[in-house]
Amino acid sequence: MKVVVLGAGPAGMYCALLLKKATPAAEITIIERNPAGATYGWGVVFSDRTLSAFREADYPTYARITEQFVLWDAIDMRFRGELIRCGGHIFAGLARKALLDILRERCLELGIAMRFETEITQLATLPECDLFIAADGVNSLVRQHYAGVFKPSLHVGTSKYIWFGTNRVLDAFTFLFQENEHGLFQVHAYPFNGTTSTFIVETDEATWRRAGLDTTTEAESIDYCEQLFVDDLRGHQLLGNNSKWISFVTVKNATWHVGNTVLLGDAAHTAHFSIGSGTKLAMEDAIALVNSLSTHRDLGEALTSYEVERRPIVETLQQAAHESRTYFEGIARYRHLPPRQFAFNLLTRSGRISYDDLRLRDGAFVAAIDCDIAGSADKSQRLVVTPPPWLTPFALRNVVLSNRVAMSVADSEIATNAGIPTAMFAARLEARAAAGAGLVMTPPVAVTPNGRITAYDTGMYNPDQQQAWAAMIAALRQNHPQARLGITLNHAGRRGSMQSRTRGLDVPLRADGWATVAPTALPYTRGGVVPVALDAAGMERIRDEFVRATHLAADAGFDVMQLHAAHGYLLASFLSPLTNTRDDKYGGNRANRMRFPLEVIDAVRAAWPQDHPLALALTVTDGEGGGICRTSVRRWRWRASSGSTAAI
Amino acid sequence: MRVGVGLPTTFPDVSGTLIIDWARSAEAHGLASLGVLDRAVHDGYEPLVALASAAAVTSNIELVTMIVIGPLRNTAVLARQSASVHALSRGRLSLGLSIGARKDDYDAAGIDYASRGRRLTEQLASMRDLWDARPLPVPPQRSPLPQLLVGGGSDASFARVARYCDGYIHGGGPPRAFTRAADKARAAWADAGRPGRPHLWGQGYFALGDQATIDAGTAYLRDYYAFTGPYVERIVAELLTTPQSITQFVRGYAEAGCDHLVLFPTVAHLDQVERLATVLAG
Repeated sequence: MKVVVLGAGPAGMYCALLLKKATPAAEITIIERNPAGATYGWGVVFSDRTLSAFREADYPTYARITEQFVLWDAIDMRFRGELIRCGGHIFAGLARKALLDILRERCLELGIAMRFETEITQLATLPECDLFIAADGVNSLVRQHYAGVFKPSLHVGTSKYIWFGTNRVLDAFTFLFQENEHGLFQVHAYPFNGTTSTFIVETDEATWRRAGLDTTTEAESIDYCEQLFVDDLRGHQLLGNNSKWISFVTVKNATWHVGNTVLLGDAAHTAHFSIGSGTKLAMEDAIALVNSLSTHRDLGEALTSYEVERRPIVETLQQAAHESRTYFEGIARYRHLPPRQFAFNLLTRSGRISYDDLRLRDGAFVAAIDCDIAGSADKSQRLVVTPPPWLTPFALRNVVLSNRVAMSVADSEIATNAGIPTAMFAARLEARAAAGAGLVMTPPVAVTPNGRITAYDTGMYNPDQQQAWAAMIAALRQNHPQARLGITLNHAGRRGSMQSRTRGLDVPLRADGWATVAPTALPYTRGGVVPVALDAAGMERIRDEFVRATHLAADAGFDVMQLHAAHGYLLASFLSPLTNTRDDKYGGNRANRMRFPLEVIDAVRAAWPQDHPLALALTVTDGEGGGICRTSVRRWRWRASSGSTAAI
Repeated sequence: MRVGVGLPTTFPDVSGTLIIDWARSAEAHGLASLGVLDRAVHDGYEPLVALASAAAVTSNIELVTMIVIGPLRNTAVLARQSASVHALSRGRLSLGLSIGARKDDYDAAGIDYASRGRRLTEQLASMRDLWDARPLPVPPQRSPLPQLLVGGGSDASFARVARYCDGYIHGGGPPRAFTRAADKARAAWADAGRPGRPHLWGQGYFALGDQATIDAGTAYLRDYYAFTGPYVERIVAELLTTPQSITQFVRGYAEAGCDHLVLFPTVAHLDQVERLATVLAG
């Protein structure tokens, strides 16, 4: 069998040597554009689990890798001048150059032909072969050549980053956060041999431009970063290696093989450097591919099986990398946090390490977090024994929840057709309180008959309903005095007058329905009932209905109120440009679309007891072009928090 | 959880007599349901027609399509067909629809493949309206309309369950795979604010008997799923061939919250029904 490997990175060389071991008769050639020994980047990181896979796959490389390792178990985080350490994270670091030397040496020992300084620009110039392994990196020529099959998607991150080395010796994986007049910068640094550390500087694009780093030379960038992190570098230097500011590109492909060609490592997939898994994934790909080739006779089956095995693992890691990348891209959002909470947030950013994992790794670190959180509701207490954070009290205005569990009664349609909650409804509410939830929320409660979703929704628009709610709350308080109760007020708008949801979602009532209202006369579903566009008097009436419901709810004894401005109901339909096409002061630009919901919020806030919290449920995205997206919601939050609501 | 058996409608060389006898035997042995599969290209009987004849020779056993490839069929005709089977069976049909897995089924039927998901969504959206609008002369008392179910593993499938259907049909696999899908179906259901919970249907393949029977079952699966390429080995590996594996499988599904499990034959011999019933009774 003739095999050609394009790219002498960790993926290509490791795959070649494993394949040669498995099938000694194979003629394997590695083709590499750079000279032997040339490398970009500094150190690579492996976890202990990856290392045991290496030991199984090829002991000599494993032994040589472990000889050169530096091991550490702590993560240091310096934020606002405070250094926080969390232990128990086993990592091993190695110079990328040392890794490549080990792999190259091993390839030569096994008799693999290596052609360095051979630039391939056209696949046609490659030698004939039975299997072509494309390990040619993030800018893979092979991937581009077969773009029609691989259907690559390349996502460019919004941050700018640069790889440096430093001769400051670090003893832990180190995150540094430093703010100056241009903005916030962060560093991901880790040791990889006894004398040098990798030092990656990252910032958002706006800060990067304000700092003028878009036009600086490598030496000027080094100067800038050395000055910025002078305290951390303690007089040591940053080292360049043809270092440039770049944006991270996340590579995904619809498939990783075509015919006898297969993608490996970065050519197939990349994962953001902040989770330090690129080299690990590449070398694990190599192990999986060779295993698959030696267990399947048919090449096509072998390549399919390789992809079937690797894809879920890679996608899980890419998801974690996505979380981590977007965390760092939006890091400025967290800079108000107290340093230890910031550090906890940082460590758990990707979803791969949980609170419980951290407690196993560093009990003292988590105990300190517990203490911070348990003390947050009552600053006068100094706690020696702390409950886990979710079981600590949480204060919103003057309402103190006994724990941080909020449960809602999700089942709607358990009211009489007069909008009065039934005994079954009361039983469900009580079950949540009995389960120990600190806050129990109702499903959407209509503020007016025409604001109901279905004919069997609960309501809060007449004294009978209020009395039923009040009786229910009184009974609940008697049996479960610790539970706090929240009501969600809603006007269904054009998503009202629907059949029972036992029949499916959003099936309109026809003959038995009622008139619905909306900012614009557009039906909720295609072919659905067309609502009436609200006029000024109609809006005023609905605002007053919300206020009336608020008074009734306060008198009934609710502790918390939530307004429903999500899921396509009336307030949500004002917010979205897809459903609000008005040309008066309640439609058009964002401020206008927010106007009516804000009028309702302000009126409700004024009517709702000042010491009780008011919350807002918002749609995060319309999921459709031209609709609400995360950015618009962020502005919303600013407006609402500068206004009157207590919690969103 | 109730457990039913598949009708052998997707085998070459199966006589109409066997289908009828199979249905009678399944009911006589106390199995909960008769399930049918659908493929346009492969040998076999049309699923709703097969269920109609099974309905005529049975009186209590439930009838379920797992699934019918909806987009291959005209929606109004499918609505009338399914309502008819429901009425002829006196209220025993559950209609499971999905997009199927094979392009050649679409090519054979002359239906556009690319728009299959949109077509299925439209069918589900209008199925109840069609059933309502053209009521049968005498709607069955047991339940006036068929249960409407949908299959598939994509996010869109779970959204369809939550929006239009009464329940979800899982495509098969070990209990842990069912659990993952069931969690998604329940989550989509709760997100949609639907009362109660979705009915969850599972399925598996079995072959009970001597080595030759098991080999025949394996050969059938390799042929039926040849289009999946190397994945066929995974399907073959999950074939239930011993009383113990069936017992474990049934228990795993019950614990995962499955409401109704249908075990499909891979060998078209009538003894399979009795062998299965014996294992389930044990």
